[in-house]
Amino acid sequence: MNTGEILGVVVASVLLLIVVGVFFIRRPGREETSLVVDRPAPAVSLSSRLAKTRNALSGRLSGLFGGPLNDAFWDQLEETLIAADIGPVTSARIVDQVKASKPVDGQAARTSLRDEMVAGLTGPDRSFHMTTRPSVILVVGVNGTGKTTSIAKLARRLQHEEKRVVLGAADTFRAGAIDQLRMWADRLGVEFVDAETGADPASVAYRAIERARATDADVVIVDTAGRLHNNKNLMEQLAKVVRVLEREAGEIDNVMLVVDATTGQNGIVQAEAFVGVAPVNGIILTKMDGTAKGGVVAAIEHETGVPVRFIGVGESMDDLVPFEPAAFVDALLD
Amino acid sequence: MFDNLTNRFSDVFRQISGKGKIREQDLDEVLRDVRMALLEADVNVGVAGNLLRRVRERALGSEVQQSLTPGQQIIKVVNEELIQTLGSDTAELAKPTKPPLIISMVGLQGSGKTTSAGKLAKQLKDAGKRPILVAADLQRPAAIEQLIVLGERVGVPVYSEQKSKPARLVKAALKEADRMGNDVVIIDTAGRLQIDKELMDELADVSKVAQPDETLLVVDAMTGQVAVDVAQGFLDRIRVTGIVMSKLDGDARGGAAISVREVTGCPIKFAGVGEGLDQFEVFHPERMASRILGMGDVLTLIEKAETAFDEEEAERTAEKMARNEFDLDDFLDQMSKLRKMGPLKQLLGMIPGASAALAGADVDEADLSRVEAIIRSMTAAERSNPNLIDKSRKQRIARGSGSTTQAVTALLKQFGQAKQMMSAVMSGGAMPSLEALQNPGAFGGGVATKQRPVQTGPVRGQNRVKGKKKKKK
Ligand SMILES: Nc1nc2c(ncn2[C@@H]2O[C@H](COP(=O)(O)OP(=O)(O)OP(=O)(O)O)[C@@H](O)[C@H]2O)c(=O)[nH]1
Ligand SMILES: [Mg+2]
Repeated sequence: MNTGEILGVVVASVLLLIVVGVFFIRRPGREETSLVVDRPAPAVSLSSRLAKTRNALSGRLSGLFGGPLNDAFWDQLEETLIAADIGPVTSARIVDQVKASKPVDGQAARTSLRDEMVAGLTGPDRSFHMTTRPSVILVVGVNGTGKTTSIAKLARRLQHEEKRVVLGAADTFRAGAIDQLRMWADRLGVEFVDAETGADPASVAYRAIERARATDADVVIVDTAGRLHNNKNLMEQLAKVVRVLEREAGEIDNVMLVVDATTGQNGIVQAEAFVGVAPVNGIILTKMDGTAKGGVVAAIEHETGVPVRFIGVGESMDDLVPFEPAAFVDALLD
Repeated sequence: MFDNLTNRFSDVFRQISGKGKIREQDLDEVLRDVRMALLEADVNVGVAGNLLRRVRERALGSEVQQSLTPGQQIIKVVNEELIQTLGSDTAELAKPTKPPLIISMVGLQGSGKTTSAGKLAKQLKDAGKRPILVAADLQRPAAIEQLIVLGERVGVPVYSEQKSKPARLVKAALKEADRMGNDVVIIDTAGRLQIDKELMDELADVSKVAQPDETLLVVDAMTGQVAVDVAQGFLDRIRVTGIVMSKLDGDARGGAAISVREVTGCPIKFAGVGEGLDQFEVFHPERMASRILGMGDVLTLIEKAETAFDEEEAERTAEKMARNEFDLDDFLDQMSKLRKMGPLKQLLGMIPGASAALAGADVDEADLSRVEAIIRSMTAAERSNPNLIDKSRKQRIARGSGSTTQAVTALLKQFGQAKQMMSAVMSGGAMPSLEALQNPGAFGGGVATKQRPVQTGPVRGQNRVKGKKKKKK
């Protein structure tokens, strides 16, 4: 940051504090300085049934849909959605939608809920893109979500489609990351583009494309280091990888954001940030073999329009299956 | 950012009539917002329910403190309850009667066990211990290599065997540690799902062999509702003694910390705050509480502000801002008062999201002094009318304050934009979005968290919305 920018931050910070201070100090008894902000509908509709306290959820929806449609039913329905990481605001919106459909009984409510959610999920596009040759797949996401493993799984699928694949080890940062991808490449028997720890990821990505051309491969899959989306430098580094790939391939056919199903509401900000620096056009939702429901992807699809394309259901290379909205929702309501 | 802040504060800072004791209806209003905040922060929905019930019991009928409104008083209770749930920050590692201290790192896949093991090894080594790392993750490809690299980096030996069973390997590692005189053994186990019977059996075997003094469950700060299941699942099979929250350098609010604490009762012993091996800290419950709630610290800020500013002055300032008459003199004056309240960075840290929105910029006191110097180098006329400042005046000011003309320009530009903003805000009645306070170009990148526009409609209309909302109940 240069001097001017730092001073800019100082001025902004000080003014911010002044404004906050002024607001708070003027507070008592003055209606016109109230901090009430006009909110969009969801929060308002929430009000009717919140602030109830109860013990930890047990049994969740089991039996719920058989009972009467009273307040307890709607509360519990909402809690079930929240427990699936759909988020309080979205959950409230969904419950309102179901209510508005005026179901006659629990079963009707369930059907309406399911339809509502499935409709919300069905993205415009769930296929693999292959417009260039070699076709590029870039895999991105925060730390530890399952990027490298998912790459092995994607390569496996492509092998089944008789495609020749090159893997590029552009995670040159995390200890052991290059070895990890190499081991998968060996197991799969696919071409591997090596790198030195600390090498420039963009140059590894470039070499991977070069290698694909030289070996007449169909697809290049580029691994990237896990990075927290609020780390500006690392996100800029990713932007550079994207630029190089776009320049070389013309277009990155598939930019896959890997989201861990255990992720809570932060997943939304994550997705927004990655979409902001890379042309993300698909989500891989991993670790769906666990007890996490992965409901945050509903909000992610809603906010970013990026469809979930695959889910990861285990640690081996065959554990990747196409995302099925209906099955996903059923599992979520289980 | 401010959007969220105001949303969460809506009821808290609304005039809840009357002082005295906290009433049921105050509680309903405020706890509704608190519940939303907790759920948005990923506190488990059941755990949030328990917590709110405790708050209700504590707060109902309690006396409202002089400087606070009932709403703020309730938030204070919530904050205290959160801190209490999160535990004390003096949690230390166990001290075995006879060395070595055996530590086992456990958790889900990708939670950060290996990195945390490396960080812990470094910390203990720096404290004069002789740790050894044990590569017992025989599951993930290159997990052993990863630990070996980390061991090299921190200068700690790593025990590994390529083909073995984890329990057998750990037994051999303990022997090795004994032979080499290591007084700490840190075992990195494979990530596993708490419902994976086979792998959980394996972990139980490892625990039986190792008899760890500490079993640290590593939990990703981004974890959602499932944190409760995970913690319970591990607890069912092994004795967990502590928690490590990883990836706290992200911007997740980290409600999982509450969930896990509530389920396990184990202290949160460490916080991972970066990928660097020294980015490992003791856990601070106060900071975590305000991060989760997103309001706790603001109470401290109010208390501080009340000692520095008085109400009349705040009123005058607000009017000036509204009329767009807030000038550099006022700015200088307010800034010196702010500085008396504490370091700018600390103050900013009390506003939820402020540091994130400022792109993590490190503002130190020297920068503040530079801003002050530049403004002080202006004439009185320039301070009240910055438009006067042309190129040659800029050069003079830069010389006078020992800075550059670019810096003077940047300062004036930022001030001009912010002033516009404040005027709009103060006449509108809503809190500003920080983004608008910033010079949009100054922070580059499209990485900043997306914000929804803050609505600046008249307040009365908004209160009507609130009114409607109440009737619905
Ligand atoms: N149970 C389960 N584990 C998975 C799944 N996908 C990945 N994992 C595991 O999660 C852990 C992390 O996976 P990686 O592929 O190394 O994750 P990454 O995103 O590449 O991690 P970094 O490169 O360190 O950011 C490994 O132990 C994987 O085996 C899945 O679908 N289910
Ligand atoms: Mg990886």
